[in-house]
Amino acid sequence: MSFHSPMTEAPPLDPPLQASLIRAVAENRDKAAFGRLFRHFAPRVKAYLLRLGTESAAAEELAQETMVVLWRKAATFDPAQASVGTWVFTIARNKRIDRLRRLQRPTLDPEDPLLQPESRPDADWLFYGAQREERLRRALKSLPEEQAEVIRLAYFEEKAHAAIASEIDLPLGTVKSRLRLALTRLRRTLAAEGMDQA
Amino acid sequence: MTTHPAPDELLLAHAAGGLDQLLSLIVASQAAYSEDSRRRLCDFEALGGLLLEELEPAPLDEGALETLLDRLDAVPQEAPARTAAAPAPAEDGFDLPPVLRRLLGDDLRSLAWQPLMRGVRSADLVPGVRESGGPRARLMRIEAGTAVARHSHRGREFTLVLSGAYSDAGGTFGPGDLQISDASVDHRPRAIGSTPCLCLVVTDAPLRLTGPLGLLNPFLKSRL
Repeated sequence: MSFHSPMTEAPPLDPPLQASLIRAVAENRDKAAFGRLFRHFAPRVKAYLLRLGTESAAAEELAQETMVVLWRKAATFDPAQASVGTWVFTIARNKRIDRLRRLQRPTLDPEDPLLQPESRPDADWLFYGAQREERLRRALKSLPEEQAEVIRLAYFEEKAHAAIASEIDLPLGTVKSRLRLALTRLRRTLAAEGMDQA
Repeated sequence: MTTHPAPDELLLAHAAGGLDQLLSLIVASQAAYSEDSRRRLCDFEALGGLLLEELEPAPLDEGALETLLDRLDAVPQEAPARTAAAPAPAEDGFDLPPVLRRLLGDDLRSLAWQPLMRGVRSADLVPGVRESGGPRARLMRIEAGTAVARHSHRGREFTLVLSGAYSDAGGTFGPGDLQISDASVDHRPRAIGSTPCLCLVVTDAPLRLTGPLGLLNPFLKSRL
């Protein structure tokens, strides 16, 4: 494998650029713009799937399928509601869940989009939504590392509770209370920033 | 405004894709009642997006992009989403979250209702799931003034009020309120008001997860 593959050397894309690339895909079927999005997101989606225990071939395939959705639904993307990164995360998450449900005995229609919140937030929330990620990013940074770690584990580790506790060598109760502390602190930081904005 | 909202851990687990499908159903249904829950779900999805950006990239196979680009010519693009029209009122008169209505059909009266006791009926959302030992979802209809027999359960029980209200030792629960009781809770909910109380009840038993972890599964029995 080449160490200078453009796949790994692509510079990071900041969120406003990501949104304008999506627009180019939507309006002009712009393959160059799609390529830049692919080089940025596909390897991260694959990493996400691998972290969650998806085997390599399936992770590769689901990462590609995620990017096809980006192409197909580019015109439905609304930058007022979420960043491209958040959108990609939800697509990848749903792809993974669909696959798991197809592999398991399905209890309900696996195609049913149960993971989609039923209605979108109010208009005033959308204003907040445009700044949501920046606030969250700061809130996440303000967490003590031990709390940030349990949040990351919550998204990226397919492990039972007890296994996580033993991995980071802590009693189960401590893991739970750490997560609770982290969530309380995130919420408080977001609320405080919300006041500043008002 | 719901007075018993979904807890952060449950919303996070839903947003992270770590909940069993039936628990996801009850969280999505609860969010239909609560602007606050929807906001928090958006926050937790955004958090997932931020964490995704932080991951060390895992390179795709050589030539993956080029192969995909060749395929894209054959992939149609969708038009921008339009706001869906409000659904027609259902025949049974209940105003249910759309996610639940899609699953249950136009008329709740056509479900396979089973009497549990005088004034209380239930219908399984997924027939046969009871035997599987996995999580189970039921609608429960309690006639006004009726109290459900005292009960406790093996795992956790998640109850979302869809219509009407009930009260028990944990408080009063109305539409959009979510009550989570663990095995130690011994309760006796009574339908209050003048209309029947309709609830979605999900009980988990032996754990079966679709995704990330027990860490977020608040229904996982921990030995605290």
